[in-house]
Amino acid sequence: MSKLDAKIPAGNISDKWTDHKDHLKLVAPNNRPKIDIIVVGTGLAGASAAASLGEMGYNVKAFCFQDSPRRAHSIAAQGGINAAKNYQNDGDSVYRLFYDTIKGGDYRAREANVHRLAEVSGNIIDQCVAQGVPFAREYGGLLDNRSFGGTQVQRTFYAAGQTGQQLLLGAYSALSRQIGVGHVKMYNRHEMLDLVKVDGKARGIIARNLVTGEIERHSAHAVIIASGGYGNVYFLSTNAMGSNVTAAWKTHKRGALFANPCFVQIHPTCIPVHGTNQSKLTLMSESLRNSGRIWVPKKKEDAEAIRAGKMKPTQIAEDDRDYFLERRYPAFGNLVPRDVASRAAKERCDAGFGIEANDTNEGVYLDFSSEILSKGRQAAFGQGDHAPSDAKILELGKKWVEEKYGNLFQMYEKITDENPYETPMKIYPAVHYTMGGVWVDYNLQSTIPGCFVAGEANFSDHGANRLGASALMQGLADGYFVLPYTVSDYLADEIRTGKISTESAEFEEAEQNVRNQINTFLNNNGTKSVDSFHKRLGLIMWNKVGMGRSEQSLTEAIAEIEALRAEFHKDVFVPGSAEELNPELEKAMRVADLMELGQLMAQDGLQRKESCGGHFREEYQDTEGETLRDDENFKFVGAWEYKGDDIRQEELHKEALNYEFIKIAARNYK
Amino acid sequence: MASKFINITLKIWRQKNGTTKGGLETYGLNNVSTDSSFLEMLDQLNEQLINERKNPVAFDHDCREGICGMCSLYINGRAHGPDTGVTTCQLHMRTFKDGETIYVEPWRSRAFPVIKDLVVDRSAFDRIQQAGGFVSVNTSGRTIDANATPIPKADADKAFEAAACIGCGACVASCKNGSAMLFVGAKVSQYALLPQGKVEAQQRVLNMVRQMDEEGFGNCTNTGACEVECPKGISIENIARMNREYLKAIVTED
Repeated sequence: MSKLDAKIPAGNISDKWTDHKDHLKLVAPNNRPKIDIIVVGTGLAGASAAASLGEMGYNVKAFCFQDSPRRAHSIAAQGGINAAKNYQNDGDSVYRLFYDTIKGGDYRAREANVHRLAEVSGNIIDQCVAQGVPFAREYGGLLDNRSFGGTQVQRTFYAAGQTGQQLLLGAYSALSRQIGVGHVKMYNRHEMLDLVKVDGKARGIIARNLVTGEIERHSAHAVIIASGGYGNVYFLSTNAMGSNVTAAWKTHKRGALFANPCFVQIHPTCIPVHGTNQSKLTLMSESLRNSGRIWVPKKKEDAEAIRAGKMKPTQIAEDDRDYFLERRYPAFGNLVPRDVASRAAKERCDAGFGIEANDTNEGVYLDFSSEILSKGRQAAFGQGDHAPSDAKILELGKKWVEEKYGNLFQMYEKITDENPYETPMKIYPAVHYTMGGVWVDYNLQSTIPGCFVAGEANFSDHGANRLGASALMQGLADGYFVLPYTVSDYLADEIRTGKISTESAEFEEAEQNVRNQINTFLNNNGTKSVDSFHKRLGLIMWNKVGMGRSEQSLTEAIAEIEALRAEFHKDVFVPGSAEELNPELEKAMRVADLMELGQLMAQDGLQRKESCGGHFREEYQDTEGETLRDDENFKFVGAWEYKGDDIRQEELHKEALNYEFIKIAARNYK
Repeated sequence: MASKFINITLKIWRQKNGTTKGGLETYGLNNVSTDSSFLEMLDQLNEQLINERKNPVAFDHDCREGICGMCSLYINGRAHGPDTGVTTCQLHMRTFKDGETIYVEPWRSRAFPVIKDLVVDRSAFDRIQQAGGFVSVNTSGRTIDANATPIPKADADKAFEAAACIGCGACVASCKNGSAMLFVGAKVSQYALLPQGKVEAQQRVLNMVRQMDEEGFGNCTNTGACEVECPKGISIENIARMNREYLKAIVTED
C-alpha cells in the first residue's frame, strides 16, 4: 500500500477546486488569534501566505535569512507571469493554460493541481493590480502581454525585465501591512535549522539568529515551508548565493517525502561561464526569445574563427547562420520550452559549433538585429515616415528594444563589456529552477501532518519541466489562494489545542541536534574552505547529473558525492565562533545538506530509466535526439523517504499519475 | 572579451560587532581577473584569508545580479563604487587598474548601524514600509478585473520607474544628511501615480514620513547626491512629488 494519498477531490476537473473549497473546514475569526503559524521564507509563496493568513487573523511568525523579506530570490525573476485572461483575444483559456502546462511538464505533473493553478491565474493579476503593481501597459491604458516558451498565445504579464521584483514588492507590501498591525511577526536574518515534530505533527522549528548566533525555539500549530529551490547544488546557477535547501531538507529528514529530485530546469539563455572565480550565472530572460533569434555558424571553420577572435558574428552572412531552433521546431521556433532549447544548444556545441572562447567552447548567439530592423521600420511608419533611412530604422529599432528589455541589455553589457545592441548576445544554458521538491498532496500538505510546503520548495505543478512565467504564478497561487483554505481546514481541529510549549523533549532534542552540528563544524579544524567543497560538488553535479545523464554518469556521481561528503566532514575548516555573524558557518550548514540532496538527485535520475522534460537520459532518445518517455513504467511521481545518514538507503514511493482530462501524447513542438 | 589579471591592495573596514570600535585593515590580493565582479574579488580575498586561518570579511550579498538590494559597500568613497547605474555585485574589476589601492567601507549612516565588518542593519527601511507602504486591499483575489481601470501608459511607466527602487540604501549612505527621502519618495510616488493608491494617499505619506523621522534619517537639502549614486537611477522628482503629497496631506489633515 502506497504511503502517498494525493487527496485529489472527485468530480470534473473544472469543478474540483470549487467543490473542495466549499467543503473544507473553517476556523471562526474569534479563534484565529489563538492559533500560531510559522512561515519559513518570504519569497512570492511565503510572503503571500504570511500576508494572507495574517489578514485572516492568525498569529503568524515569518522567517527569512536575508536582512529583509524583500530580498527573497523571487525578486530576480525577470520575464513575467502567466494568466489565462485572454486579453489579447488569441484563443487563450483556462483549459489551454492547463493543457500547455501539463504538456510543457512532459506529462509528469498532476492534472488537478495544474488545473487549479490555471483557474486562479486570472485572480492573481487582478489582485496584483489592486495592490499597485505597475505592470506594463499599452497606450490605451490596458495591460500589455507577451509570449513565453511552449505556448502559441500571449498570456504573459510583465513589468519590463523586473516582473519578479514588482510582484515580490507587492507581496512584501501586503506582508508589511500585516507586520504593521501586529498580525505577523517578522524574523529577519534568521535561518530555520530543524523542524520539530510532536506526536507526529509539525509543531515548530529551531532557528538560528544569524546576527547573535542564538539558537531559538519557535512553536506553532502549523508550519509552512516556502524556502525555494535547490539549484545551488550545482554551485554555479542563476540562484542567489544564499538560496539553499536546508529548510526543505530538514523537513525531509524529519519524515516528509522528497519528490522527483532529479527534475532540474536548465535555462537556455544565460551568460556563459567566464572563469574559475565565478560565483554565479546570470539569466537573460526568456522574454528575449520574443525578439531574439538563436543561432550558431553553419560552418565549423566560422565557429573556430570566431572562437579564435579572427571573425565577428556580424561578419557571418545570413545564409551561413544556422537558426537551429527555427530549423528543428518551425511551429514554435525560438519559443520552444526551456528544456528543448537547452538541449538543442548543447547539441550544436557538442558538435563543434559553439562560439564562446572558454574552456568548453560552450555558447550560442541570441541575435536582435532582425527585430531591431523590423520594429524600427514599424516605428518609422508609425511616425508617418514611409521611406525611412537605414540610420533612422536602426535608431528607432534600438529605442524599441531598449524600452522592452533595457535593464537586461544593461545587465549584459555590465557583465560582458559588450554592447548587445551592436553585436549578438552570447548565451548558454545554466541551472535555473528545480521542479522537484517536498512531496505534497492536493492541499499542499507534506507527509508530515501540519507541515505545508509552497512555491518552488514543493514539487507539485511543473512536472519534468516548467514553462516560463509559471513559477511566479505558482508561488502567488499557493500563498494567496490555496494555503489560506487548506491550512484553515487543518487548523479547524486545533482550536482546542492551546499554546504549544517549547519546553518539551522534542524541542530539546531538535535544539541539541542543531547545536551538535554547529559545534562539530567549528571544532573540525580541517584545512579547506566550504566553497572549495561546494565547487567540487557543483562540478560533479553539472558533469554527471546535468543536461545529459546516463547510467554510468549517475552511478559515478553517487560514489563521488559520497566520497566528497566524507572528505567534507573530515577536512572542512569553518572559522569564527557560534555566537556571532558567521557566514562561513551558515554556508557549511547549507552545503552539508546540498551534498546529501545531490546524492539523492543522482539516485532518482538513475531509477528513472526514461527521458522526460529536463531529465535527459542519453540512453533514451529517438533518432532526432528528442526525449523518449516511458509512460508504461515511469508515469509516476517518485517520492523518497529518508532512512538515515546513508542516502543509498532512501526508499522510493510511487504516486501514479492519471490523465483523465488530457490525452497523454508524445510532446511535439515541431 | 580578453580577461586580464591585476594585483591590488585593499583597505577594508573591520569591526567585530556593533559595540566594538572598528578600523581599516590592509590586504594584498594578486591575480584578480578583470572579468570578476567586485564581490567575486572579495570571495577570492576570503578564500585567501581562510587558507591563512584568518577571519574572512563579512559583507551582505545575495542575488549578485543587481536586483535584491542586499549588497552595499562604500568603495573609494562612493556608494556601490566608481561605475554608475550598478550595484556592487555588478561592478567589475575591469574598472580598476593594476596596482591600485581600493578602500572598502560599510554604509555610513546613523540609521544604519554596523553589525559586523561591512554589514549594516537596514531594517529601518522595513519599518517605514510597514508604516504605510501598501494599498490596504486584502488578498482574496476578489477584486475588480485587472483591466477595469485603464491607467495612462505614462503614469504606469512613471510608477514603475519609482517602484524599481531596490531598497539598498545607497541614497542614505551618499547623503551628507543621511536622508532617506529618495527611498521614501519613490514608494510614495509609485502609489501616488496610480489610481489604486489614491484612496489612502493622505495617511500614507504622513505615516511614512513620521516613521522616517523617528528612525533618525536626516532631511533633504537638495544636493542630489542620492540620484547620482542610485544604482537604479531613481529620480529626485520623486522627492518633489512626496513633498507635494506631504504638503497636501498636512493642510487637509483632519
